Amino acid sequence: MRLRRLLGFNLLLAVVLAAAGYYLGWWLGHQVNAKSLDYFGDTGQNDVALFLAYLLGVAGFLAGLGFFNYPFSRIAGRPATVDHDETVDPRGWTRYIGYSTDHKVVGLQYLIGIGFFVFFGAVNAMLIRFELLRPQPNVFGSGQYLTLVGLHGTMMMGMMTSGILGPFGSYFLPLMIGARRLAFPRVEAFTFWLLMAGGLILSSTVFYGGFPTGWTGYAPLNDQANMGMDAYIAFFALVGISMTLLAFNMLATVFMMRAPGLTWGRLPIFVWSIVATAGLNVLAAPVLITTLVMVALDRTAQTGFYLSTQGGSQFLYENLFWFFGHPEVYILAIPGFGIVLELLPVFSRKPLWGYRLAVAGMLGVALLSFFVWQHHLFVSGMNADLRPFYMLSTELISIPTGFIFVCAMGTIWRGRLRYDVPMLFCLGWIFNFLIGGLSGVFLSDVPSDVTTHGSFFSLAHFHYTVVGGLIFTFFAAVYYWLPKMTGVELNQRLGKIHFWIMFVAFNSTFAPLFAVGFLGQPRRVVTYPGNLQFLNDWASVSAFVLGLSILIFLTNLVWSLAFKRSPAAANPWGSKSLEFQVPTPVPVYDFERIPVIDSDPYPYGVEPAPRVPAPAGAPG
Amino acid sequence: MSGPNHIRRVAILTLVATLIALPLVIWVLGPALPPGSGSDQAAGQVTDNTVLTALVTPFVCFILVFFGYALVVFRRRGADDEEGEAIRGDPRAQTLWIVLTSALVIFMAGYGTYALLQNGSGGGQGPDPIAVPRGASLPVQVIAQQWQFTYRYPTYGGVETMHLVLPADRQIELHVTSLDAVHSFWAYGLGVKADATLGTDNVVYVNTRSPRSFDIHCAELCGLYHGYMFDTGKVVGGTEFDAWIQQQQQLYQPIAQYMPPYSTTYSPDPQRRAG
Repeated sequence: MRLRRLLGFNLLLAVVLAAAGYYLGWWLGHQVNAKSLDYFGDTGQNDVALFLAYLLGVAGFLAGLGFFNYPFSRIAGRPATVDHDETVDPRGWTRYIGYSTDHKVVGLQYLIGIGFFVFFGAVNAMLIRFELLRPQPNVFGSGQYLTLVGLHGTMMMGMMTSGILGPFGSYFLPLMIGARRLAFPRVEAFTFWLLMAGGLILSSTVFYGGFPTGWTGYAPLNDQANMGMDAYIAFFALVGISMTLLAFNMLATVFMMRAPGLTWGRLPIFVWSIVATAGLNVLAAPVLITTLVMVALDRTAQTGFYLSTQGGSQFLYENLFWFFGHPEVYILAIPGFGIVLELLPVFSRKPLWGYRLAVAGMLGVALLSFFVWQHHLFVSGMNADLRPFYMLSTELISIPTGFIFVCAMGTIWRGRLRYDVPMLFCLGWIFNFLIGGLSGVFLSDVPSDVTTHGSFFSLAHFHYTVVGGLIFTFFAAVYYWLPKMTGVELNQRLGKIHFWIMFVAFNSTFAPLFAVGFLGQPRRVVTYPGNLQFLNDWASVSAFVLGLSILIFLTNLVWSLAFKRSPAAANPWGSKSLEFQVPTPVPVYDFERIPVIDSDPYPYGVEPAPRVPAPAGAPG
Repeated sequence: MSGPNHIRRVAILTLVATLIALPLVIWVLGPALPPGSGSDQAAGQVTDNTVLTALVTPFVCFILVFFGYALVVFRRRGADDEEGEAIRGDPRAQTLWIVLTSALVIFMAGYGTYALLQNGSGGGQGPDPIAVPRGASLPVQVIAQQWQFTYRYPTYGGVETMHLVLPADRQIELHVTSLDAVHSFWAYGLGVKADATLGTDNVVYVNTRSPRSFDIHCAELCGLYHGYMFDTGKVVGGTEFDAWIQQQQQLYQPIAQYMPPYSTTYSPDPQRRAG
């Protein structure tokens, strides 16, 4: 009986069909055009075969998980249904390793899946810093080093675009707006498994020689590169599709499924950050997909979109990539703004200060982020007369970003601050993002950017905003919401140790790298001047300590979830927002009755306390 | 609301912190900022960096003082479950913040534009430069390819050299181009950076000063040996430069007939894929 459960549409079949699809594609690719490619005879490089292998592999993977069953049954004329597991899933824990349309299951799947690949990216970072202990190559050759750099950057960027929206958006968006599910549960599951397929594809680049372009994948290097490049293209295109669908799903949910009384002015600020981020996703990610399809055509069908020797232009690639790439970094940053402003009221015991200003800040950043992309190209020689415009637009972005800061400052002012672990990570964000944002001033200013562009200064800058911004708020969210998601407490003492080691080690890693860049070290080099060794070694050792702090977190996670298992209270932080008013574990259908909202989400310090919306079945 | 005037305290502390930090930034940190005084453009960047740092210093002081003060003074005492006052905003504070940050930002952009238009600040300006310094320039071409830079001197018969030597106290017009991938020519000590792109003539002006040597790096990932694409350039006195360039002309005389004629860009054979 037990063995019979292995049959059917599940992860096992998915892996089998993925492998079958992969080999079928590989074989087809060799039948189609082996003779027509002039370079194939010299190098054995058949990109058509590898793209087909990836494509059919992904199709097989999704088919094995059962994603095509419902569409085909509809085509066959069966009536529309709600999946059984949107309500009650009989599969027990195994629902977490299969196709599930329960947003809470998908949220946890996202957390674990993204966590896995981000850990992989973090290990690459450790290896990069290990290599940079000496000015001359010592462990890896140039090619391996560049592959590590590319894998680290691409994996982190690709995975963390969904790093907040995937886990916490999926899980808590319906709970925060009083809905029973996301608008498109099947699409939600689809985005997750697509991202996982992408992560495996990117990892497979090591079997095809890696790729030398870093996460930016500039032409014509991307055309010159060997087959490992195809993994990058396939991965980022899948990420783009996943991001777009995830974002449409979130937008549709917020627009259509808010509980009665939940006006736009009463939305939790985290939901507003999801709206702003999702808006960026749906406008920026399709550009990425198209850009990469054109790269793939250059590499397979011998088109010349980005090859100036064949009538194309490298500048076209640079423009298109950064038209996606700059909104992308705000896709990473804005959910962090949302988390900080969502958590500060809870731990300050005060309402959010300047709600409208905070919303304006997020939407303003989102809007402006589409008008700044050429600041990545200040010294490229393209559109040199537009540089003053891009300098202005880039610096204007600090105005709405400043709104987020002033709202945070107003919120803690005269509060009753509690320094629980999530609060510590939010305060860490304030410090890190302040430095990250202000170092951006030097990069947005053309004269200053001439020296800082492409140097370790810009590396330190974006690590301050992405690690110091996004990753710190990611951990704030984990400590804040994971007890709700799993019903189990995390150890607070270990959490505080994790925070302090991480905060000190993070700053100790990246602050010296500003100096390294200022002193003239370009990015992505395997060698550097000997006089910069001390600073590089300092950064490397600090980075290892930073890695250690992540291991402390993982220890806490495993120990608390697998061994200690002390049950979490339904509302451990005394939060007044809706997602903490439902019992833990969250009922399968979230709310027995849809709540009616009659106040803003932060009724702290209000006498008499307004009625916190308490759905039936809530404790207390 | 009785009790101490927190706002006044934060204001005074901010003022004190700023008065301490600002002179340090202007007179101690500023001169140490990169990229030094190797050229007019480099010195201009140092000024620019100093101005930017000085402008953000009061804001940094304010925010750090604010948080330092608030985190200590407004912490929860004991197991107090009291909640803070329900203050949902303050139109005056919000307006003041918006006005101040906007003024700062617009001033920065204006100042940056002004600094840029003086002499191009050492950044690549493409084929039609907008910030052109006055006076005659010595044209020098920088050709990037995987994985080295070479240099051509069109006024000296288009001789192509392996190292960059420039005369002191001259205005140089660098023409940066590439034969393959995108590179970026970064002459750190001169405050020069310009992407090298196939088929594009990227012009940079640099006004050299006294003789010195400077580091050259490739600052755009260009493939396998990107990390090895570095060199040391030299700024030398006028007579020394003349002697050097004559020596180069003699050295490369035997291959001059095989060189392609000088051009702002070069079209190599259609690129073939390489491993």
